[in-house]
Amino acid sequence: MADLSIEFAGIKAPNPFWLASAPPTDKQYNVERAFEAGWGGVVWKTLGEDPAPVNVSSRYSAMYGPNGDVIGFNNIELITDRPLEVNLREIEDTKRNWPDRALIVSLMVPCEEESWKRIVKLVEQTGADGLELNFGCPHGMPERGMGAAVGQVPEYVEMVTRWCKQYCSMPVMVKMTPNVTDVRFPARAAFRGGADAVSLINTLNSITGLDLDRMVARPIVGSQSTHGGMCGPAVKPIALNMLAEIARDPETHGKLLCGIGGVSTWRGAAEFISLGATSVQVCTAAMLHGFRIVEGMKDGLSRWMDEKGFARIEDFRGMAVANTTDWKYLDMNYKVIASIDQDKCINCGRCHIACEDTSHQAIDKQLLADGTNLYTVKDEECVGCNLCEITCPVDDCITMVAQDTGLPYMNWTQDPRNPFRE
Amino acid sequence: MIEPLKHLETTQVEPEQLKARFSDIAPPLTERQAALESARCLYCYDAPCVNACPSDIDIPEFIRQIAQDNVDGAAHTIWSENILGGSCARVCPTEILCEQACVRNKADECAPVLIGLLQRYATDNADTSSHPFTRAQPTGKRVAIVGAGPAGLACAHRLAMHGHDVVIHEAQPKAGGLNEYGIARYKMTDDFAQKEVEFLLGIGGIEIVYGSALGRDISLSQLQADYDAVFLAIGLGSTRTLALGHEEAPGVMSAVDYIRELRSTDDLTTLPVPESAVVIGAGNTAIDMAVQIKRLGAEEVHLVYRRGEEAMSATGHEQALARDAGVQIRTWARPDAIELDNDGRVAGMRFVRTACDENGRLVDSDRSFTLQARAIFKAIGQVMVSDDLAPTLEISGGKLLVDEKLRTTLSGVYAGGDCTGLGQDLTVEAVQQGKQAAESIHQDLMAAGDH
Repeated sequence: MADLSIEFAGIKAPNPFWLASAPPTDKQYNVERAFEAGWGGVVWKTLGEDPAPVNVSSRYSAMYGPNGDVIGFNNIELITDRPLEVNLREIEDTKRNWPDRALIVSLMVPCEEESWKRIVKLVEQTGADGLELNFGCPHGMPERGMGAAVGQVPEYVEMVTRWCKQYCSMPVMVKMTPNVTDVRFPARAAFRGGADAVSLINTLNSITGLDLDRMVARPIVGSQSTHGGMCGPAVKPIALNMLAEIARDPETHGKLLCGIGGVSTWRGAAEFISLGATSVQVCTAAMLHGFRIVEGMKDGLSRWMDEKGFARIEDFRGMAVANTTDWKYLDMNYKVIASIDQDKCINCGRCHIACEDTSHQAIDKQLLADGTNLYTVKDEECVGCNLCEITCPVDDCITMVAQDTGLPYMNWTQDPRNPFRE
Repeated sequence: MIEPLKHLETTQVEPEQLKARFSDIAPPLTERQAALESARCLYCYDAPCVNACPSDIDIPEFIRQIAQDNVDGAAHTIWSENILGGSCARVCPTEILCEQACVRNKADECAPVLIGLLQRYATDNADTSSHPFTRAQPTGKRVAIVGAGPAGLACAHRLAMHGHDVVIHEAQPKAGGLNEYGIARYKMTDDFAQKEVEFLLGIGGIEIVYGSALGRDISLSQLQADYDAVFLAIGLGSTRTLALGHEEAPGVMSAVDYIRELRSTDDLTTLPVPESAVVIGAGNTAIDMAVQIKRLGAEEVHLVYRRGEEAMSATGHEQALARDAGVQIRTWARPDAIELDNDGRVAGMRFVRTACDENGRLVDSDRSFTLQARAIFKAIGQVMVSDDLAPTLEISGGKLLVDEKLRTTLSGVYAGGDCTGLGQDLTVEAVQQGKQAAESIHQDLMAAGDH
């Protein structure tokens, strides 16, 4: 079996599956249950200065798929609402009980040097393995000058990171907010400030939906709502892209990364790791199904690694980064054409209507004598957009087949059709 | 009162058990079930299910409306093509129509979307506090319809929508035709047929004259004279005979007649039920008869057909229903003689074993057998009663001859439903023909009005 253990900024963990800073990691009781279930590490729910914040009632809402499955999960909770002293005591206790697991503590205090200095020293005394600076929380806390309000200003990110590194000897990871136009800027700032790693993404500003009878967004507090932070499968594509942006940015390439955002299966974890993450953080999937999900994630990842011949996480980590590039470096001479496996076709007509109405009129419909339709690709019209393959409900019925054009690799910078070619 | 069986005792089955045996055979979907089931629809383009539906309902559209929590919209989509969509959802043999065509039947799944139950969900749960369709400006035209079965009702509704005034002559005391009198009780429960008629009449402009039979109370020539057009939806009024001796003996009756009583009665315990029964036939009526008499308490029920199972017109689903109910299906046997007891009542039936010769023709063998039976139910098909029709109305194969516009050979007289030779006499086909006839009548009347 593949070895899932990792080392993250000197912190050892038996596997790369960590629980993100969130309600599941707010108390010793929960965290110990998670460790019993097999999680490799946790990021303790964000600590702040006393007095602890007070939460409202009615805190979560969701975006559902057609089968009622949650594809996006939104919350308006603040950082821990328990006294700092209680959390510190429980962190110390938990770390003592579970020395082999990664225990990282998330922090968020006002943007003042004294505040950060005080709290990092307190955390260091607990024996915790490292810090995660919460510069990402997009709801509630930014109104008080914290969370995403810091993460959106690279200069603040750099400054606070530097303080933390200055006043403690623990590894420091900076959690990025996705509510920015270009995540590379705060990431560069974090590393300039001395961060050992960045973790991303935190939640996205969101309104999941409305109660149209009461004319108010969800979650509903009285007769009002406020935007929350969204996570879950719907944000995974955004997280993967931001991770890749940082992984392939010349200034931050090769830096230590922790992937967060919609990881709910082993495959999702493998994707984040392939784009450079050393560990992944999970929250929504655990909140929906309980801590037991880690078992299947570990098993699935391990079996897939065995199948691929990867003995350790490091063996495939970052392998997809080099294949993620700018549009202008894509091969203009590459060509795929849709191919329909007629034995698998169930006659739903979705490929035809999608192509006919919205794309390139490249799928022909012909009525057969038995009353069924025959759908065929017009090769000369097909531009290889993949839409038919995407809308086809049958696995491997429509495949995109690479054509041998006999032409060499030629990107846009080399293409004679490019009017701005140098 | 069921005259031919009045010498038999009534059922011994407890009323509570009877109630359970005749409750809804396919219980309605709950809201959650409908949400999950509707999400399975692939929203096919040029969908095979629609092509398989005789009444042109846009099935993917109404299912998508259910999935989007728009039940009123879903029902409207159904009713705009099939105003009797509620009864069709219950009685359609979906296993040979839309659900057979569903693409989810193919390959790895073999599990069609439950289109019939979704249609029922939409039509049962839609808001009908106001009728969903409105009438066009009055045209001043009047149309007579004979028969308030599915074809007649569907035609009336569409004509009323177009602004015509309609009078339906119905021989029975209730409207609905076979929905009211001919469907197995567990397929349509709770007086649904009457509720659907009330809903349909909600459009206005339709008058039903009950107890008014063609040939007895009204004549075709009079209707032609009194109205701008006539639509004949008279169904099949008579059961085929076995052409055997003793066919009038106590204990022999038509399945259709028994089922009519079974559907009409408020108290199933008053029905005469034989200990043993034979049902002759191979269609859905034969199955309905056999299953219902079994559920009423008959201990032994044989359904006998002269050919093999593959030739039965009852669908595989229906045959399985009969077997599950404990009905013995005997194939390759032809009724040969009705046997009587000393009191001249039915005691059994003798059959001759049959076979196919090399030309596919049915031939008798030299073997025979006898089944004990206190009742014999004939379900070998119904025939149209044509005595009361005008001699100029052309009949072909025992049914009214119509063109593709549902016009008979008499000008201004149209026909649809089981009394025509179109289709397989399904409810949904009758609805479609009634609707199409209404469109033809409307076109013809309006074109005539232009001159």
